[in-house]
Amino acid sequence: MKREVPLFLTAVIGVFMILSFFVPHQWVSVPADFLQASAVILVAFGYVLGGANALRVNFDAIYKRSPGWPYKIVLVVSLITTVVVGAIEGRTFLNEHMRSKWIYDWIYSPMSSTMFSLLAFFIASAAFRAFRIRTVEAGLLAVAALIVMLGRVPLGDLLSDWLFQAKWLPGAPHTLHLSSLQEWIMDVPQNTAKRAILIGAALGVMATGLRVILGIERAYLSGED
Amino acid sequence: MLALALLLAAPALAHAAAADSATVTTPAPGTPPAPRPASGLVGADVPNDAGKAIRLDWRASPDDTAGARLVTGYHLARATSPGGPWTVVDSLAAGTVGKTDETVDRGKDYFYRVDAVGPGGLTPAGSVTGPVHAASQWFNTTRWSVFTAMALFFGFVLYYMSSARAGKKPFVRRIPGIDAIEEAIGRATEMGRSVLYVPGIQDISDIQTVAGLVILESVAKLTAKYETPITVPVTYPIPFTIAEEMVKAGHLHAGRPESYDPNSVRFVSPGQFAYVATVTGIMLRDRPAAHIFMGSFFAESLLLAETGFATGAIQVAGTANVHQLPFFVVACDYTLIGEELYAASAYLSGEPRLVGGLKGADLMKLIIITAVIVGCVLETLHLHGLTLWMTTQ
Amino acid sequence: MAWHETLEKLDRRWLFLIMGLLVAGPLVRPAGLPLKVSPPVQSFNDAIDKLPNGSTVLMSCDYDPSARPEMVPMNRTAFRQLLSKDCRVVVTVLWNAGPGLVEETLNDVAKEFPGKTYGVDWVNLGYKAGDDAVMVLMGQGIKNAFPRDYRGNDTARLPIMQNVRDYSSFPMLVNISAGFPGTKEWVQQVQSRFHLPMVAGVTAVSAPEYYPYLQSGQLRGLLGGMAGAAEYEKARGEKGTATKGMDAQSLAHVFVALCIVLGNVVQWVKRREAA
Repeated sequence: MKREVPLFLTAVIGVFMILSFFVPHQWVSVPADFLQASAVILVAFGYVLGGANALRVNFDAIYKRSPGWPYKIVLVVSLITTVVVGAIEGRTFLNEHMRSKWIYDWIYSPMSSTMFSLLAFFIASAAFRAFRIRTVEAGLLAVAALIVMLGRVPLGDLLSDWLFQAKWLPGAPHTLHLSSLQEWIMDVPQNTAKRAILIGAALGVMATGLRVILGIERAYLSGED
Repeated sequence: MLALALLLAAPALAHAAAADSATVTTPAPGTPPAPRPASGLVGADVPNDAGKAIRLDWRASPDDTAGARLVTGYHLARATSPGGPWTVVDSLAAGTVGKTDETVDRGKDYFYRVDAVGPGGLTPAGSVTGPVHAASQWFNTTRWSVFTAMALFFGFVLYYMSSARAGKKPFVRRIPGIDAIEEAIGRATEMGRSVLYVPGIQDISDIQTVAGLVILESVAKLTAKYETPITVPVTYPIPFTIAEEMVKAGHLHAGRPESYDPNSVRFVSPGQFAYVATVTGIMLRDRPAAHIFMGSFFAESLLLAETGFATGAIQVAGTANVHQLPFFVVACDYTLIGEELYAASAYLSGEPRLVGGLKGADLMKLIIITAVIVGCVLETLHLHGLTLWMTTQ
Repeated sequence: MAWHETLEKLDRRWLFLIMGLLVAGPLVRPAGLPLKVSPPVQSFNDAIDKLPNGSTVLMSCDYDPSARPEMVPMNRTAFRQLLSKDCRVVVTVLWNAGPGLVEETLNDVAKEFPGKTYGVDWVNLGYKAGDDAVMVLMGQGIKNAFPRDYRGNDTARLPIMQNVRDYSSFPMLVNISAGFPGTKEWVQQVQSRFHLPMVAGVTAVSAPEYYPYLQSGQLRGLLGGMAGAAEYEKARGEKGTATKGMDAQSLAHVFVALCIVLGNVVQWVKRREAA
């Protein structure tokens, strides 16, 4: 029963939600809307569960003096402080002059932006280290990448303007300018490949969903057969 | 005679009185005249819905022209009987010739009229339309194409699943990335270091997370078999509990339930970059020898992969988020692209039903390719039937 | 050690340093490189321009502080364009760390229009948990999905919400999105079901994914990353933070291109020597 009931529920609700896409009648659409609303509530409660787990794991690590345990204290204190301050300040917790707003503006926001900005540096090092032209296809990819990268910024247009205005290379039609080439690459070959991968991935999603609904892929429940 | 005239005029007078429950205002001297009425009002049930809407269309007042300024708008009024009482449902700008009334009760008969309004006053409609009621439909007829494609797809997948279970297991080509997973775990075992498994950063509502967690069970089974520690940081609570079950089950299937470490699966944070900071910290401190990224990733993918590369770990990644694939391809040793992620569980488990399902999906792809080619040819010949049939609402 | 061996063994922190200087330099001393408005950006601008003045528009700002440099300029310029057309703007946020930043951005722009009042001309409905389930919920009724706005007001009592029922109340959706939930989910759950005309501003890394939607007409315009935001500012005759950042981005792109070329030159020389 421990496995059969969830599997049965999954199958029934899964089929019902598929049906709701095709059947507009209120006998189907009203319960389907209710299930969608319930999903929103479930997700909200999930945060409570997550917070409790984070505290449990980190308290355990602090108690056992696991490597890096002082940082776990920082994490726990930050978590509790942010939650308590936000709970006290209530609905207006992100209004001006609120402590939660201060935490958001001066701690969370800069730290998120800093982590994201690391991408710029990592892209440079990845480009230097790993982008090797070993085959014809890789060469084509490199040329396309260079055209798109340069064509998307003002410097690219300056470069092609300069190139095509040189005496040894008479003016070329605008279609050969880097920005136009870049637009064509994005509109045509890139779009085509993207669509093909999207269609394949969508079929994969449907297949996985069908396996879950039919109970063939039951690992999400627990691994025991 | 007078009595006869009054008798004959009575119905018209009564109808006019009923239709004119709105006040007909007489323009003051110097103001423009009241606009001529709108006409041709028709009402119909909106199809393919749950009986929540009625569509009204009418012809504009002849005075409703650009520059004339005799019409400022229309009042759409509704009643449950032709004589009223009338309630204005909506006020619409000049030039409007249609409106969908979505405030109706299902199955109830309604009567409508549209009054023209201008600086000179309000002119009621010459006639009332009705009765019209909103009804539910049992099938959205614009979605036949989707239903057909879905039925075909499910049919193919179920057929090949059952034929694989009966012994006709189809051939599937090897995917190097999936073969590399066991190689990566083996390498971590030789080096005496752990395996880091990242099941994507999305919640369980993303099918890629489901796929990532399913693969986790096979990976956990292998790590348990080789007695290699595994670390699984997770972003959301629900995938966290499922990941715990996966790892526990993996150890159970490998015959080593006692080797399961409850702290191997860690809830981190739904915050994208908070999660990345934690995972890169694990990579730099704990130095796992193998990194496996399977699931939905966004901007953090290059941060994870490049930091992982710097530690010298072998890295296998798989995602259906196309915009992150280039980063994984560049920085990881092996990458599963798009649907290969969804196929991975079939490959790793080798279960005939799952492998059969792959063939069903492949056949559906062939149908789609054929439809694309046929559709392009038909469109080129200006034959739009197939395109129109495939357009949904 | 030969030059190519030095380059091959180069500590990547030198690359980080060069990148840092190239990005910081133009921010201190802008070069003012000329910008060209690309067709997807022009379409974005034109789609909003074609809206009837005074219409009520839905704007979903789905991002958080990490995507600030790309998203905030788009958000500001789009909100400014809508207010200048006297459009009423209903704003939702589907990222839990986003509402504060979105509110700050909207307030900043609203100050430029002293005649505009919160609750009458624009409203920030704030965040609701549920990702794409919220999009479906909004289809049943915006006020049901958001009974209170970001400032705690009852949405049913706000003047701007009086004629707002569901998606049919809007002529357009303007979506500024940094990932999930975002543009793809809006297209799948709302645009294709309710046929709501839609324009989107997205991060540069995900912009290629939305070109199919632009080509099929599901998106009427698309802004891609800070470059798209800068082009949009140019189309509007403005010079905001995105325009100022384009010089830095130009140099960064050129540097990455050089890294690719240099890396391959080093590999080619090494292979030649080995041969």
